[in-house]
Amino acid sequence: MTNEAATVAGDSLEPGVKGLVADWSSDQRAFKKVPWGKSMMWIFLLSDTFIFSCFLISYMTVRMSTTVPWPNSSEVFALTIAGHHIPLILIAIMTFILISSSGTMAMAVMFGYRKKRIATGVLLLATALLGASFVGMQAFEWTKLIVEEGVRPWGNPMGAPQFGAAFFMITGFHGLHVSIGVLFLFITAAKVFRGTLDERRPGLFTGRRGGYEVVEIMGLYWHFVDLVWVFIFAFFYLW
Amino acid sequence: MDHTETIETIEEEHQEHPIAIYLWVWLLLFVFSACSYAVDYFQFQGGLRWTLILLFMFLKAGAIIAIFMHMTWERLALSCAILLPPIALLVFVTLMALESNYTFFSRLTFLTAGG
Repeated sequence: MTNEAATVAGDSLEPGVKGLVADWSSDQRAFKKVPWGKSMMWIFLLSDTFIFSCFLISYMTVRMSTTVPWPNSSEVFALTIAGHHIPLILIAIMTFILISSSGTMAMAVMFGYRKKRIATGVLLLATALLGASFVGMQAFEWTKLIVEEGVRPWGNPMGAPQFGAAFFMITGFHGLHVSIGVLFLFITAAKVFRGTLDERRPGLFTGRRGGYEVVEIMGLYWHFVDLVWVFIFAFFYLW
Repeated sequence: MDHTETIETIEEEHQEHPIAIYLWVWLLLFVFSACSYAVDYFQFQGGLRWTLILLFMFLKAGAIIAIFMHMTWERLALSCAILLPPIALLVFVTLMALESNYTFFSRLTFLTAGG
């Protein structure tokens, strides 16, 4: 038993390309030293990558093929703050908020593995609140665009009608991801605070015992949401 | 039961990294974000704009995946399984770019020129 466990654990695992071949051709599991939940989250994120890529590629297709000028996003998303007209400022603030939340999430994962219960919980809550404020700003952005600028999925006064369709589809789907992430951050924070992970109590839907890797899996999802925003910011807002 | 317990504890062998590395990457992400916002704020145009946008985008994405998502410290079996499939997207992008160029020139010819 112990010998078998030691082989799984690792000192005998080969590094590098040899290890890659050995892992993939081995019995039972290809992803060594990774909790099953973590590899499943990675596979889900890979499929999500393809979904968001489909959205961004269709956006590229409609933008490249239209003969009508594309609306200038720098001006569409400008705000006038205290008498100053600042281009794209709302989106910049949203970007910084999401980056900050990614940082707090990374810290939460780190403190989780050090079994610092309170620090992990507080950082998870901070991440959730930053995420919620991101969604709030997005609601403000959508309201401004729909009510004041008259942008609709089928047309807008500024240029190519596909602008609205691409905008609502891409940012809407991303906003949905953030909202679900915020929900799960609150759930994870509650689990951390009441000590479920310290005592390794089984979760809601499973008899498996959850430890602090739950926080890391949550973190993978949250960083992915931030990652998608990096691409949306570059391709939709800046391009 | 004992056996399962051993495996589970070992499975969870996790990585601990110094706090400094996270703080540095966090700071870097802020700097890169500020840079990409600056691209728009100072209204760089043309090839320079697109190069800078892509550069800062890939730097940010790389930092997030490598450090925050711990990809640097995963075994090659996992990182290859996750990072290689998206390469197929490049083919998809190329195909759709060719297709939309064709649509664009067809529209120019038949819609606007009144052909």
